Amino acid sequence: MLATRPEKQNRVRQICKEHNAKPSALIEILHQVQDETGFLPKDALVDIADALNISRADIYGVVTFYHDFRQAPLAGIDLKICRAEACQAVGSQNLAEHAKANNHPFTDAYCLGNCALGPAVMIDKKLYGRVDADRLDQLLKQKGE
Amino acid sequence: MDQAAFTLYVPGDSAACSVGADAVARQIAEMAQNRGIEVKLIRNGTRGMLWLEPLVEVQTKQGRVAYGPVTTDDIESLFDANFLHGKPHQLALGLTEDIPYFAQQQRLTFARCGITAPLCLDDYETHGGLVGLRKALAATPQQIVETVTQSGLRGRGGAGFPTGIKWKTALEQPAGQKYICANADEGDSGTFADRILMEGDPFCLLEGMVIAGRAVGASIGYIYIRSEYPDAVKTMRRAVSIWREAKLLGDNIDGSGQAFDIHVRMGAGAYICGEETSMLESLEGKRGQIKVKPPIPAIEGLFGQPTIINNVLSLASVPIILAKGADFYQDFGQGRSRGTQAFQLGGDIARGGLVETAFGITLRELVEDFGQGTRSGKAIRTVQAGGPLGAYVPVAGFDMEMDYEKMTEAGAMLGHGGLVVFSEGVNMAAQARFAMKFCEVESCGKCTPCRIGSVRGKETLDKIIAGENVEQNLELLDELCELLTKGSLCAMGGLTPMPVQSAIKHFPEDFGREAKG
Repeated sequence: MLATRPEKQNRVRQICKEHNAKPSALIEILHQVQDETGFLPKDALVDIADALNISRADIYGVVTFYHDFRQAPLAGIDLKICRAEACQAVGSQNLAEHAKANNHPFTDAYCLGNCALGPAVMIDKKLYGRVDADRLDQLLKQKGE
Repeated sequence: MDQAAFTLYVPGDSAACSVGADAVARQIAEMAQNRGIEVKLIRNGTRGMLWLEPLVEVQTKQGRVAYGPVTTDDIESLFDANFLHGKPHQLALGLTEDIPYFAQQQRLTFARCGITAPLCLDDYETHGGLVGLRKALAATPQQIVETVTQSGLRGRGGAGFPTGIKWKTALEQPAGQKYICANADEGDSGTFADRILMEGDPFCLLEGMVIAGRAVGASIGYIYIRSEYPDAVKTMRRAVSIWREAKLLGDNIDGSGQAFDIHVRMGAGAYICGEETSMLESLEGKRGQIKVKPPIPAIEGLFGQPTIINNVLSLASVPIILAKGADFYQDFGQGRSRGTQAFQLGGDIARGGLVETAFGITLRELVEDFGQGTRSGKAIRTVQAGGPLGAYVPVAGFDMEMDYEKMTEAGAMLGHGGLVVFSEGVNMAAQARFAMKFCEVESCGKCTPCRIGSVRGKETLDKIIAGENVEQNLELLDELCELLTKGSLCAMGGLTPMPVQSAIKHFPEDFGREAKG
């Protein structure tokens, strides 16, 4: 983890530079900063705006448009539960209710592309199929350890 | 046991890995080592028989013998049964190519998928890769466009626009910077064919893109992949660097003087970015808001330049069309729907997976013969065809032939070929409400019918579900749907009424109306 503000600022500038400070690379840059930091801190957005020479409002517009970007750290494990039709057909609603009842924070995904092997979840960018309540508990337990 | 190295295949596809293929591969390697057996383990793409995953294949003199679905608990017994020689075991499925689900398909676009090592260029060439590209490099742009037009290929993303006509428009634009964009923002629920292709045969997409670049005079390509597909992003990025090294991308492709390079971009979780103008905005680093057409992207697209946006499967169908000719491809299919379509069976289905076959197969054949009914064992109630914006088709409509025109005539649509099976017990009013909610969540907000209509639609459905003035509200909903259909700027708002109205039409009893006689 980078501790000081100048260190963080340098890192953000460096990421922007890797993308030739092109405004068209904004989404790539936001992904990279979020991957490294866990979320998109306000300071980082200011730094990106400076580096790309675009307005903070433009960046805010992009950050709030896309579901992936978050401006606060995740509450727990990065868990996505697929709530789209194919997983609905095999019980994703029950799975989501189970997660809620057991205080596992999650985000809704609208299709993880595992429609023949639902219900599908994604944990830390890894896809899992045929996930029932027991398997979800087991997967989260493994992650927590 | 003899000492010759055995060749084994365990898919590295993310669907296969989602049910344990990584662990199976690890354990096979470990056990082989413990037993002093030399094995060559290849992580192939999936064959598309997803209900059999993890599907382990063993190379024998007779061909590849399949075992599946394999769990880590089965591996010891597989070794004991001498599976490396293709011997019988309770999970043995015989030769992979003879499994009816696979044997009854017509694999053109997915000809190599699951067979080759996805990132092995030699393997790619041995199995027919690069033939189309080399023919294209020797042909004029006009000849390529003509071949693609003659083949009858239409947009596999769902719109069904003739690919050759689109290319011709871009070719006719004055020379200058042009772009090829592969739309890999496969957001429709029930679809996963793009992902399977990108993970299982990534070079095929690259080949299609380079041919497209040659055809219209573009020198830069982008592949826009949704962030829900991190494995596909990784595979495509590696594929691009392999092609750059092999001089199949760059300033002088294969010594032809043709220049083309490809960049892989990742989306950020916005369904709307599958809409082409929205995708272009996103590629420019902006909010993925759609733009009014005209101008069409083939004339004024990415950064204001002529741009071809094709679905992954449209582009991946181009190499075989160039390699085998327009007539070969034309011979498949019926009516104005030529070639093959990758159908994807998902939801509550016993045998879910990818079925590539010529247009004209019926929904019944796909769901009942290939799919073998539901996984839960309950009766089928409906199939949603063509993604979240597609119609709910009742069992009585299962004789519908699957092609662009026939499906439209039947009040449905092909979309990207996704089929989601629902069994008895599904509440169609809840599904209709979900369609409106999905539109609310994913609307880009540009046009009023979609942005506000979806919210009002959801509220009206809530009233219907609660039994409030059901008839008046159903009428109101119908008017709202008409407004969405006619007044929205793109397919998101324009097609959201399709699942809603088809659910009301075919399942009135779920909306407080009398069941159909």
